[in-house]
Amino acid sequence: MTDQLLIRGARVVDPATGRDETTDVLVADGAIAGLGQGLKAQGSEILDGTGLILAPGLVDLHTHLREPGEEHKETIATGTRAAALGGYTAVSSMANTYPVTDHAAIVAEIREKAAAAGLADVFPVGAVTKGLEGESLAEMGEMVAAGVRVFSDDGRAVPTARILRNALTYARAFPIDVVIADHCEEPSLVERGQMHEGVNSYSLGLAGRPAEAEEIMVARDIAVARLTGGRIHICHLSAARAVELVRRAKADGVRITAEVTPHHLAFTDQDLLTYDTNFKVHPPLRSAEDRAALTAGLADGTIDAIATDHAPHAVEEKESEFDLSPPGTIGLETALAAVLTHAVAPGHLPLMRALEAMTSAPARILGAEGHGGPIQVGSPANLVVFDPKEEWIPEAPFVSKARNCAFLGKRLTGRVRYTLLRGELTVADGKATR
Amino acid sequence: MNKHLLSMHDLTAEDVVRILDTAESFREVGTRVIKKVPALRGRTVVNFFMENSTRTRISFELAAKRLSADVINFSASGSSVSKGESLKDTALTLQAMGADAVVIRHSSSGSPHQLTKWISGSVLNAGDGTHEHPTQALLDLYTMREKLGRLEGLRVAILGDVLHSRVARSLSFGLVKMGAEVTLVGPPTLIPPDVSAWGVQESYDIESVLPKLDVCYVLRVQKERQRLEYFPSVREYSRLFGLTTDRVGLLPEGALIMHPGPMNRGVEIDSDVADLPHSMIEEQVTNGIAVRMSLLYLLLGSGGEQPSDD
Amino acid sequence: MTAKLLDAQDVRRAVTRIAHEILERDKGAETLVLVGIANRGDLLAERLAAQLTRIEGVQVPVGVLDITFYRDDIGLHADAPEVHETRIPFDIGGKTVVLVDDVLFTGRTIRAAMDALMDFGRPRKIQLAVLVDRGHRELPIRADFVGKNVPTKREDDVRVLVEELDGEDAVIVEVR
Repeated sequence: MTDQLLIRGARVVDPATGRDETTDVLVADGAIAGLGQGLKAQGSEILDGTGLILAPGLVDLHTHLREPGEEHKETIATGTRAAALGGYTAVSSMANTYPVTDHAAIVAEIREKAAAAGLADVFPVGAVTKGLEGESLAEMGEMVAAGVRVFSDDGRAVPTARILRNALTYARAFPIDVVIADHCEEPSLVERGQMHEGVNSYSLGLAGRPAEAEEIMVARDIAVARLTGGRIHICHLSAARAVELVRRAKADGVRITAEVTPHHLAFTDQDLLTYDTNFKVHPPLRSAEDRAALTAGLADGTIDAIATDHAPHAVEEKESEFDLSPPGTIGLETALAAVLTHAVAPGHLPLMRALEAMTSAPARILGAEGHGGPIQVGSPANLVVFDPKEEWIPEAPFVSKARNCAFLGKRLTGRVRYTLLRGELTVADGKATR
Repeated sequence: MNKHLLSMHDLTAEDVVRILDTAESFREVGTRVIKKVPALRGRTVVNFFMENSTRTRISFELAAKRLSADVINFSASGSSVSKGESLKDTALTLQAMGADAVVIRHSSSGSPHQLTKWISGSVLNAGDGTHEHPTQALLDLYTMREKLGRLEGLRVAILGDVLHSRVARSLSFGLVKMGAEVTLVGPPTLIPPDVSAWGVQESYDIESVLPKLDVCYVLRVQKERQRLEYFPSVREYSRLFGLTTDRVGLLPEGALIMHPGPMNRGVEIDSDVADLPHSMIEEQVTNGIAVRMSLLYLLLGSGGEQPSDD
Repeated sequence: MTAKLLDAQDVRRAVTRIAHEILERDKGAETLVLVGIANRGDLLAERLAAQLTRIEGVQVPVGVLDITFYRDDIGLHADAPEVHETRIPFDIGGKTVVLVDDVLFTGRTIRAAMDALMDFGRPRKIQLAVLVDRGHRELPIRADFVGKNVPTKREDDVRVLVEELDGEDAVIVEVR
């Protein structure tokens, strides 16, 4: 087991209990052994938490680890190391692997690799349809038995209302409540689209992906959820009107949750004027109004969680013509700093709410037991300690294998110093320990 | 002037005037027996043409050679690019060749922008995807100014598939910059839904626009499969929006007919209309070399820091 | 500190004297053409041609040559040098070309002008007429006809003003 570790004098912020106070935290045997003022050290290693914030380890609902099949972009080992550096103790792994994570054997393989790396817990997401082809249901039951709680064909939308309805209806048989997470972009409207459709796309000569494509799919998914009584989750919301649909659906009692990425909180389609492929993402970065609506939706709880949609690609894939470049940005290492810099510091989002969106809320949706808090005696010691004031500029190379980072070269404030996974330091002094 | 010419937005109105005035001098050079000046001697200009375009490439090649520059032609077929070499690696090769300027034509919007990351010389956009084609716009502005004596206040219609036309974008931006009035005309599906930022008007009724024009600029209508999602047939397009022999009489006396080429005779423009005296299509080609010489001279003739001698 | 070296009258006399010298040296003007170097040399060339007509009754063809594209310092300045009109509407082959410029200084402009002229044809002879020779040659170039020799320091700025562009005919020097 691990030695004792005493984190002294940090500001403990725990969204699960609402605690926000400067106090000491004692970690022993993988759990929180003490919590209070003036705890005694007694042979523990001591970490000075002065000026730092201690929170539950972050939980990412939406991560692409690329293994099995695309290990040249990222592996479970490099991806979870990047996660740890970003303060995460739990991440998901989206099903668009090769082969697709559409049956239990692959789920088990992913879990084993994550455990061997020992840097963060991975909660695999299962495909909704076999091979992500959108035609027949994947073996959801077997995957549930293997521990899967979230299903998604992300990368693509679930193509027809019929398939979504069948998946949600079929899921009622399972002993636990599963959720279907959808990538909401109506395919025929975004077919060859490269960026948000608007004045900028018309001037830049790039085909557009209109906000209405998201609106249509979100409306569809809400209706189907209502029809079936099932649970849906909207991935990476990007459009103001879609946020409003989610708000109303929640008021109507539909079982819906939603997430937003840090890059959608930070950037707009204006950032694409130089054709920088690091800003090419699906759904695209949209207008300033959309961005404001996303932040407001996060603040008022319409959007439950912040999720990175960490999407690593090989360097040469991103360093190509704009329309040939695959969409996506990495985000695990910069997420916390990005949220602090672009949403919390300007006053749009209280710190407690921001941390809730990155800990307890995603943990609940992902089914990541033991993660996301609460910080209390007896809980597993899955924690992050960060400096809310340290300024830094993300530069390549990253801990992730990939370099396609939307925040490359942009000053951020807030940096992780320590990450603990069940009491063991995965990150110390801002560096991964293995 | 900016180091690169990627978009009409890189130029001020003063820059445009300077380019057109300098092109006058290069037109004169084209009338000499020795059509060559040593201005860019020792410089290397690379024509990086990823899309086939004999006319534009030859125009740039002649322009560079008449300035005494060394010219390297790098095209898509038969090159390493057709074997899968990335844009970046091609750029690094051009850089290693010592290119002072790279003239790039590419089917992907934004490729010239990306090239500026890897090339230390000047990048000249000779047409990128559906984004812009600034040198075409400049030579069209030259033709208009020469024939009509001014650009400010000119009433110009750009007719056809604006949505997919890089020439339409560059020309709109350029004309508005120089104080002309621009109207986009075509089927609603082929005009960008929001052109409020462009400072132009739009109309779907060609016959109401023609009588009030100084220039009717006709765009090529592509007949590829995808375009047919936007209008039902070439025949209907021609009937509703084509510059036909009947319609051409609606144009005022002295109005110009222009087309960037190549033409689909009988589709967007009737064959005999293209051959009318007030059709500028041949002249646009001649002026192209002078304007491109002007651009190469102004881009490569600047950038040093020595104080003037004399 | 600016000083006027020549006023309008001085300029007129200098031009007249040069016209006489040309006629004397070239024994009449049958094969003579004037080519003024833009953008003040051409105006001086016009004045010179007018004097030649007045004195000898001959009409000497006048052309204007812009040498910008032949300069040896293209690309060395922040902005590409500005271009003016070139118009030589006659054949220079076999002719005596008198190049006309306002100020002769380093000689680089004249070197460029000669290279440019050669691209127009093969003259029988090239001569150089300048209103002011201010010394400091950097190339082996000399003038055949000089209005006035003016010793200057290298940093000084000598300018010829012409009525059409500057409101008066004059030669001024700005001493630094």
